[in-house]
Amino acid sequence: MTALKEELKRQIIDVLNLEDITPADIQDDEALFGEGLGLDSIDALELIVLMDKTYGIKLSDPKKGRDIFQSIETMATYISENRTK
Amino acid sequence: MKKSVFINGIGVVTTQGVWRAEFFSEVRVLDHAITPADQPSYKGLISPGAIRRMSRGMKMGIYAAQQALAEASVTIPDAIVTGTGLGCSEDSDKFLRSLWENEEQFLTPTSFIQSTHNTVAAQIALQLQCKGYNVTYVNGGISFESALLDALLLLQTGEEEHVLLGGVDEIAEQTYAFLQAAGYIKADGIQETVKNNVSPGVNYAEGAQFFSMGASRMTSSYAEMIDVTLQNELEVSETASFLQDFLVANNFRPEDIDAVILGYNGDEKDDLFYNALQQELPLATPLYYKHLSGQYDSCSAFGLAAAAFVLKYQTVPPILYWNEKNPPKTTWKNILLYNQYKGKDHSLVVVRAC
Amino acid sequence: MTDRGVAVTGIGIISSIGETVEENLQALLAGKHGLSRIANFPTRLQEHIWVGEIKRTNEELSDSLGLSLPHAFTRTALLGAYAARQAVESAELRDAHDLRTGFISSTSVGGMDYTERYGPTYLNSPEWHRYISSHPAGDSSHKIAQHLGIKGLVTTVSTACSSAANAMMMGARLIRSGRLDRVIVGGTDALSKFTINGFHTLMILSDAPCQPFDEHRKGLNLGEGAAYLVLESEESIQRQDKHVLAYLAGYGNANDAFHQTASSENGEGAFLAMQKALAIAQLAPQAIDYVNAHGTATPNNDLSEGRAMQRIFKGNVPLFSSTKPFTGHTLAAAGAIEAVYSILALQQGVVPPNLHFNTPMEELDLIPETTGQHRSLSHVLSNSFGFGGNCSSLIFSKA
Repeated sequence: MTALKEELKRQIIDVLNLEDITPADIQDDEALFGEGLGLDSIDALELIVLMDKTYGIKLSDPKKGRDIFQSIETMATYISENRTK
Repeated sequence: MKKSVFINGIGVVTTQGVWRAEFFSEVRVLDHAITPADQPSYKGLISPGAIRRMSRGMKMGIYAAQQALAEASVTIPDAIVTGTGLGCSEDSDKFLRSLWENEEQFLTPTSFIQSTHNTVAAQIALQLQCKGYNVTYVNGGISFESALLDALLLLQTGEEEHVLLGGVDEIAEQTYAFLQAAGYIKADGIQETVKNNVSPGVNYAEGAQFFSMGASRMTSSYAEMIDVTLQNELEVSETASFLQDFLVANNFRPEDIDAVILGYNGDEKDDLFYNALQQELPLATPLYYKHLSGQYDSCSAFGLAAAAFVLKYQTVPPILYWNEKNPPKTTWKNILLYNQYKGKDHSLVVVRAC
Repeated sequence: MTDRGVAVTGIGIISSIGETVEENLQALLAGKHGLSRIANFPTRLQEHIWVGEIKRTNEELSDSLGLSLPHAFTRTALLGAYAARQAVESAELRDAHDLRTGFISSTSVGGMDYTERYGPTYLNSPEWHRYISSHPAGDSSHKIAQHLGIKGLVTTVSTACSSAANAMMMGARLIRSGRLDRVIVGGTDALSKFTINGFHTLMILSDAPCQPFDEHRKGLNLGEGAAYLVLESEESIQRQDKHVLAYLAGYGNANDAFHQTASSENGEGAFLAMQKALAIAQLAPQAIDYVNAHGTATPNNDLSEGRAMQRIFKGNVPLFSSTKPFTGHTLAAAGAIEAVYSILALQQGVVPPNLHFNTPMEELDLIPETTGQHRSLSHVLSNSFGFGGNCSSLIFSKA
């Protein structure tokens, strides 16, 4: 799980071009959207593609992403339970 | 009654860096097939949250827009009008490549959203919270002049007071490689300038040029914008009447034009048009700028910045002279600009000292 | 130019519901939509989306235009030339050298349909190189102008999905300023893998025929098409004793300045655009008899546009409908296609129905016109909004 979380942080930084941010800057339970990391709706769509491409998880409803992408913690949990690759 | 229109502020990001007093005294003549713009630092101007997605065109556009507005002391313009020949090619290329590579799978939205031609004008509006009139023109070599025409209409009719006018085109690897394959851009490795051009194609580059246009003259004003005209196609033999009609419409005699800024880019066929027009204005001093800007669809806006510079400072930077010997002149009142590309998209612009 | 606005003397259109003005009108009256599965090119999304596709190949379009081969017309240029020629014929434009005639087109796709097809070969083989110069958006306008024999002011607008509305607006302003006597204005866009996949990544494509303003709307359907209007100055009309189809009486353009793609919750940009259009037309909001809404059927657009309409009409919203369930969202061409429908509505005294509407939106008390009512109409407002917050509104008035 720890490895998955680290991997996720690196992927998010890379996919979303979060310059000046390192994996160590992102707390596992920190909010990814709004106040925390400050991601927005376009980032959410990018994360949906990341889920599909890397973990084989298809999310057809962008609203569902809101719960899953709350934090690294919630993402990692969802991925470990639903991943197909 | 038409209102007068003035160029009150200029901002650029080009191969020669950003706009500054020493701009023309620090220039170098381009001699590469493709020369990227000399990028400034965008820190402090664009938030880290916003900049992480932006292509060069967007960043250059926002920087140049800000510079132009600041010089004219305008915080939020009434309207934003831009021109771009190829639009946001970098994002367009990116989306297209992933479409090919992944066969329509795992595509991401950011590059698609930013691939639309109006992205730069829209990003500036978003950045400035400018809810006014906002239009982008995309028509090859007259993309910028189309925007200029729109800005003139907005200001001459009194609809708006301050219009942010810009021209921007960015280098995108794939798009430029295609243009190279088609012979528009010189092959890699060739080192020629506009003046010593032998191989096919021309030197390309990129840039953003913005102008704060206003209905009132200010201390920062560079020049008065008199008029612009556009023409999709012309034969070389028709350039004389094209010029004549424009001069007459604006009550000018050929001898009123002190300098003519021509779009010489090294292409022999393009030269024919400029030579023909130059012959009609034997008393005007011919100047050029594409040896400094490089060719891109909105590069004629670089020419307008050069005209504005000459009129404001009443001096011609020697690097702009097309001929080696020039008649001595101490005052510069009216400057005409002529641009076209491969016989298409002809434009005439006339600006006056103010 | 009169107080009534700039005269429209010709219209031309090609869309998935018809290849002529008459065919489009009959389909609108019959409530017959033009959505289908995509057939002109292979795509992974084939079974997942509905599109307003014109069932004519590029070769057929090229033949009907009488183009000699080989040429480098992309589908965008072909569709544009097809519709623009109709507009010119319908206006009975004669070659008149003393009349200054311009062409202002618009597109968002430009030559992308050919770049996406042949781009991978460009660096290895010169076979398709003639399409490299067809890629830029402005190239389609050059080709159409050449096809029509127009020499003069030719340019192109690209403001995403509001493009054609802005082209029409610029045309009207050029006539009003006295710079042109006649101008052909409109837009063209072909379906492409680039755009269908692009909208797919935004997750705003519906897997069913779209339902504008419905509570259960799931997104938009893309379409393709082109439409052009001929605008003429009063002097040009009097000199030639021209029949006027309608007047372009008002136009407004504003930016939402809210988000790169999404519209603001209160529809500020849309509100401002409609407000400006009413001011130019010198009309009170109550004078509008019908609104041809942008109505893409995305959750975001319809709510935002609905709120803007409620604000501008102060709760007293006139009859309105979105015709996108007929044609799909034709992007840059949408404003022109819907301008033609607005003019037909004025001429025929009929409000095109908003297909597939069942349930009103929870947030708003707004019900679009669904039956195709006959009603005398004097002023029609048409909305077009695009990415980048670009919002434009046009007002057409009965001749």
